[in-house]
Amino acid sequence: MRWLRIAALLVVFGFLVGAAVWTRPFGAPQAMEMDEHFIERSQEEAAANNVVTAVLFDYRGFDTLGEATVLFAAVVGVALVLRRWAR
Amino acid sequence: MIGNLPFVVCMILVALGLWTLMTRRNLIKLAIGIVLIENGVNLFLVSLGYVRGGVAPIYTYAPQGVPVNVPMAMPTPQALTLTSIVIGVATTALLLAFAVLIHRQRGTLDAGRIRELRG
Amino acid sequence: MSVVVRTVTRLLLPAVVMFGAYVVMHGHLTPGGGFQGGAVIASAVALVVVAFGARRIRRHKETLSVLEDVGALAFVVLAFLGIGGTFFYNSLAGTGGLFGQEVAMGANPGALNTGGMLPLMNWAVGLKVLAGLGSIVLLMGLLGGDDDR
Repeated sequence: MRWLRIAALLVVFGFLVGAAVWTRPFGAPQAMEMDEHFIERSQEEAAANNVVTAVLFDYRGFDTLGEATVLFAAVVGVALVLRRWAR
Repeated sequence: MIGNLPFVVCMILVALGLWTLMTRRNLIKLAIGIVLIENGVNLFLVSLGYVRGGVAPIYTYAPQGVPVNVPMAMPTPQALTLTSIVIGVATTALLLAFAVLIHRQRGTLDAGRIRELRG
Repeated sequence: MSVVVRTVTRLLLPAVVMFGAYVVMHGHLTPGGGFQGGAVIASAVALVVVAFGARRIRRHKETLSVLEDVGALAFVVLAFLGIGGTFFYNSLAGTGGLFGQEVAMGANPGALNTGGMLPLMNWAVGLKVLAGLGSIVLLMGLLGGDDDR
């Protein structure tokens, strides 16, 4: 049982490393149209030098809204779980 | 092929996390394994967005000739990885809070004995 | 904790908070933003919890809750302000008013009065992350019992 577990882990490890080695080369992304649009337009549309902030709060604001919701839910969950002892 | 070393490092992190999840039974160590997998995936996403010879996608005091002559790294993977990191912190806090709850109620952190001690 | 830790915490705390506020405030110009700056200020909360014990700042739990609600509400309200275009439309960029200065194209030194909605949203999210992570750290610190050494 123990050797079976180690063998399964080695197979998964080999698959992961092989996929990492044989995937497309590092530093040469294939589809960059959306990111080139963001890089070119963020200074005139969002008036921001930091393109990452422009993507985060302007182009993809819904993601940030959902993320804030998740953070709020996590804080409420922690407070709910620990409310008996953390007083 | 050897240029893919960053991807290999990320996959080693993910494999270490999987190994931790398979072999350990302590709840805190399980949480550590989950965080290892999460960090590997975050690192993988950021390294997927790198462009060879690129600079950070920020125009403040950038080198002359951006973004035409000097390429910029892709901003979208970085932004979404930022979201993923914050969500990871929140879920890790929730995991540890549940570990505290289980330890206070059952008196053990062993994932195998929690099932036995039901009731 | 010992008097050395307490003294160093007293010295270091304003610097940590100020660095976090800087990271939040310059989020549209330099690396950083609301999440990172909020996490830096939350680490100041963790420093206080380690040095002085969580009982000392237990009464600020309500303050952190209120701050988180204010941050979330400000974020949603700022998003609704752009409803004339779309949700999350940057309606302040380039209007000449608050944070509305035109940005020089290409590489530039950066002006603080640019960005439109982005600095305000950075502040909202910074408040939210600071309050959220700070209250998580405070709750975890309150678990320890009376170890206010």
